Amino acid sequence: MFALRSLSRLGSRLSVPALARRGCSGSAMALDDVVNGLTEDQIQLRNSVRKFLAEKLAPYADEIDKKNEFAGMREYWKDMGEMGLLGITAPVEYGGTGLGYLEHVIVIEEMSRVSAAIALSYGAHSNLCVNQLVRHGNEEQKEKYMPKLVTGEHVGALAMSEPNAGSDVVSMKLKAEKKGDYYVLNGNKFWITNGPDADVLIVYGKTNPSAHQKGITAFIIEKGMPGFSTAQKLDKLGMRGSNTCELLFEDCKVPGVCVRPQLFSVSFDEIPFRLDVPYIYCQVFYFQLMQGKMADMYTRLSSCRQYLYNVARACDQGHFSAMDCAGVILYCAENATQVALDGIQCLGGNGYINDYPMGRFLRDAKLYEIGAGTSEVRRLIIGRAFNAMYK
Amino acid sequence: MSGRVLVGVKRVIDYAVKIRVKPDHSGVVTEGVKHSMNPFCEIAVEEAVKMKEKKLIKEVVAVSCGPQQVQETIRTALAMGADRGIHVEVSAKEYESLGPLQVSKILAALAKKEEAQLIILGKQAIDGDCNQTGQMTAALLDWPQGTFASEVTLEAGHVKVVREIDGGLETIKINTPAVLTADLRLNTPRYATLPNIMKAKKKKIANVKPADLGVELASKLQVLRVDEPPQREAGVKVESVDDLVGKLKEAGRI
Repeated sequence: MFALRSLSRLGSRLSVPALARRGCSGSAMALDDVVNGLTEDQIQLRNSVRKFLAEKLAPYADEIDKKNEFAGMREYWKDMGEMGLLGITAPVEYGGTGLGYLEHVIVIEEMSRVSAAIALSYGAHSNLCVNQLVRHGNEEQKEKYMPKLVTGEHVGALAMSEPNAGSDVVSMKLKAEKKGDYYVLNGNKFWITNGPDADVLIVYGKTNPSAHQKGITAFIIEKGMPGFSTAQKLDKLGMRGSNTCELLFEDCKVPGVCVRPQLFSVSFDEIPFRLDVPYIYCQVFYFQLMQGKMADMYTRLSSCRQYLYNVARACDQGHFSAMDCAGVILYCAENATQVALDGIQCLGGNGYINDYPMGRFLRDAKLYEIGAGTSEVRRLIIGRAFNAMYK
Repeated sequence: MSGRVLVGVKRVIDYAVKIRVKPDHSGVVTEGVKHSMNPFCEIAVEEAVKMKEKKLIKEVVAVSCGPQQVQETIRTALAMGADRGIHVEVSAKEYESLGPLQVSKILAALAKKEEAQLIILGKQAIDGDCNQTGQMTAALLDWPQGTFASEVTLEAGHVKVVREIDGGLETIKINTPAVLTADLRLNTPRYATLPNIMKAKKKKIANVKPADLGVELASKLQVLRVDEPPQREAGVKVESVDDLVGKLKEAGRI
């Protein structure tokens, strides 16, 4: 106690360990946000969120991956609620922060830097669930579900994919039959992020199987509704700690609350991910081939980031380009994997052991080439868009 | 009493950044380096905001001296709960030689102008480590000071301050108006939540020049040279106590 006090009088830099109770954000490289075109507010947002994450999430990131579980998830959700992170794109009157996609991107980027798995769960909650409610829910639904989703008391999820309908999600089989004032749901969903934990889920089902995508309606399901249950948590290669499972619907009665279907609107899905790698500098980085590798990593990350920010900014202006949304996630996902691989290579043998988080970054990054749309499908979307232009 | 608290906030190089000395040894590299609010200033802001939340005071005014960039530090204070800001404009060139004495003169002038009841500062900045501004400001105003505060209790007409000193903790009672400087254990500063960052956009930051306050910025001090601390060298292992004593005598230590 005495030593600590005299330490803090000697020189405040020596009391960094005490100050570091606020979390050391020093391991993340400072970004040139002027080049990235961010406003002063957005830069302040990034700094504030970085500090928050350094204390509230960073200390647990490795354990979350090892155990495939985030023991403090509920507490963390409430902390995020207090911070205003859960309803970034939701209007202020529902308790949201009333900001845009670019701000949301910045938060997901910073969270992915610390734990991509938790960032994924956060994205599923805040974008897939909350933002869908914002865009397509009616007043009654918003008033009923938004408050607790935004404070973090409730965890949200979205369920489209099925065991046999991933890329071809329009071929989903979950049936929703109208029976009087209710709809009765039968079928399963698979690969559902936050499935095991969610209190509120937006679930898509076929009300009119012959009408393909026009026959799909979205429903709001609450945990505990009779006929709705979840099955085993998946043991994944990466994104461990972001709980994923199967959902089962057996004659699940859903009262007339349904969200209007606006499938495949360009909802700006989870934008990645690890746009950075920790900076462990040593002699090896003075070798030319290593310098070259760092240059390649930097330019990949920078170009991805700026493509991403520009598209997000355009979305905020109401300008939605399907080609570019697909292009962004296609490009960013594949580059993230490549940069993570490069990161492992830079660290040499150390990159190959789990004492370092580099392996986790690779395992986490790889998801984005598959989840929320495969790279193959994204390529088809863009290619076909060109065909359509020149028909 | 006016119920107004002035809080000084300084923009410094972020504590986690590795400091590099400029090749010409005139100072440290600040270009392109991450800056943030001095950690002790954060604690000062937090204390003032807590007083306001307890309705012990009415208004928190955040002040910073420096070039354009210090406005981001004032904005952070606003996002933490300060009501308005004052940016004392100092050119980049003048800022290089701005020290505790000039800042104290500025704060003293502002305190009089704003009729402040309290001035709360961080005990020191992590770049200069001077630990002088609070004390000088109090002397210029002829106000009492409660420095190295680890606990502050504001009551009618006076403040009870628990100070961290070499021998332990000292509790003093001083009349207001007064100057307090925050030590590490005074409180844990809050995060600027997103909703508060948005609210802070509407809060005003006034621009003031030192000349408007009647303050001359010329410094009587000149930095001659800045060097890194000597590199830590490897120690030497000795075989016996006699060896140890011999080596210590050789090095002139005993």
